[in-house]
Amino acid sequence: MARSDVQLMLDVKAGDELSFELLLHKYRKPLVNFLCRMVRDQAAAEDLAQEVFFRVYRARKEYSPSAKFTTWLFRIATNLALNAIRDGRYRQMQISIDAPVAEDEPTFQLPSREARADDRLIERERNQMIRGAILTLPEKQRAAVVLHKYHDMDYAEIGKILGCSESALKSLLFRAYETLRVQLALLVARPAVQAAGEGKPHEL
Amino acid sequence: MSCEKISNALIAYLDGRANVQERSVVEAHLKVCAACQERAEEFRRLWHVMAEVPAVEPSPAFDARLRQRIAAAPKPKFWGWMIPAPRFALSVALLVVLSIWVGGRQPRPANPQIATANSEEQFRMIKDLGVLENYDVLSNFDALSDLPASTQPAQDQQQKPPSNAPGSGSGA
Repeated sequence: MARSDVQLMLDVKAGDELSFELLLHKYRKPLVNFLCRMVRDQAAAEDLAQEVFFRVYRARKEYSPSAKFTTWLFRIATNLALNAIRDGRYRQMQISIDAPVAEDEPTFQLPSREARADDRLIERERNQMIRGAILTLPEKQRAAVVLHKYHDMDYAEIGKILGCSESALKSLLFRAYETLRVQLALLVARPAVQAAGEGKPHEL
Repeated sequence: MSCEKISNALIAYLDGRANVQERSVVEAHLKVCAACQERAEEFRRLWHVMAEVPAVEPSPAFDARLRQRIAAAPKPKFWGWMIPAPRFALSVALLVVLSIWVGGRQPRPANPQIATANSEEQFRMIKDLGVLENYDVLSNFDALSDLPASTQPAQDQQQKPPSNAPGSGSGA
């Protein structure tokens, strides 16, 4: 029977290095992805993820299972990311969808999913637009959206990670999604997307 | 209910985490509000668009880097338990030093015979305390009536050594 995350961490506390490897293997990718959506690029996200796992390992002797392991792990990650962003260590991607385009600048074409020519490039530009829109959100809204949308966490857990009530979190999420809805209006309004299916939060 | 009031419940309604009451309130509002209906539809599409962004893979050297960092980190010292509370440890150390210093300043009799004589004298005083506290004995104490009451303080003053006065030292 598979051990729970809390049990694995308690085993790490007792000196079992293999349990730490199992936790690392399980949460390395979600953590790097969370941090990648919080800061500008993957290298910065990996630096922060390294720091998170290092702190988890260093704090193993003092670990007490007062909350879910993921709550503890993502709270460390969120605090590190918010501090890094506020310190300006990782410059955020500056993409303004509404900014006027200068004549000599290359125009930003709205990519179309139906376009056959150079599909990969179009896909990349769409992804860049979405990432850029998420990165323009205020840090706390960004963390709330990423945890809700990409990690499928419930309100109680996100509230514990961000240190806010469920009611405050719902308000935060509404404002964040409202901003994204306006910023990505051209993508959201596409009829092709309408038919594509349901919009349930996506799990990694 | 107004659009503003259902806004907080709208996200929970769309992601399926709303409770029964929230769901019925939002559904009732969406039936009569085209703007919120449109907004809810766009939120659904937004989530679908956001899901297009693929997850990234951590670099292959991620685990090795972490292991290297853990191995390079300094090991906790045997006195590491003091680190979390250095102020407390310092306070305890100062208290111990102060206790030793104050204890060393207590006057100790050099000769054990003198110490024994002092303790015998103290015992005698304690033994006589009952007599001294007895008012009847003191009021009928003949020896006190023999003393000249008015002249005693004056005599005391005259008996004070002159060297106690400021500036009366031998060097003046």
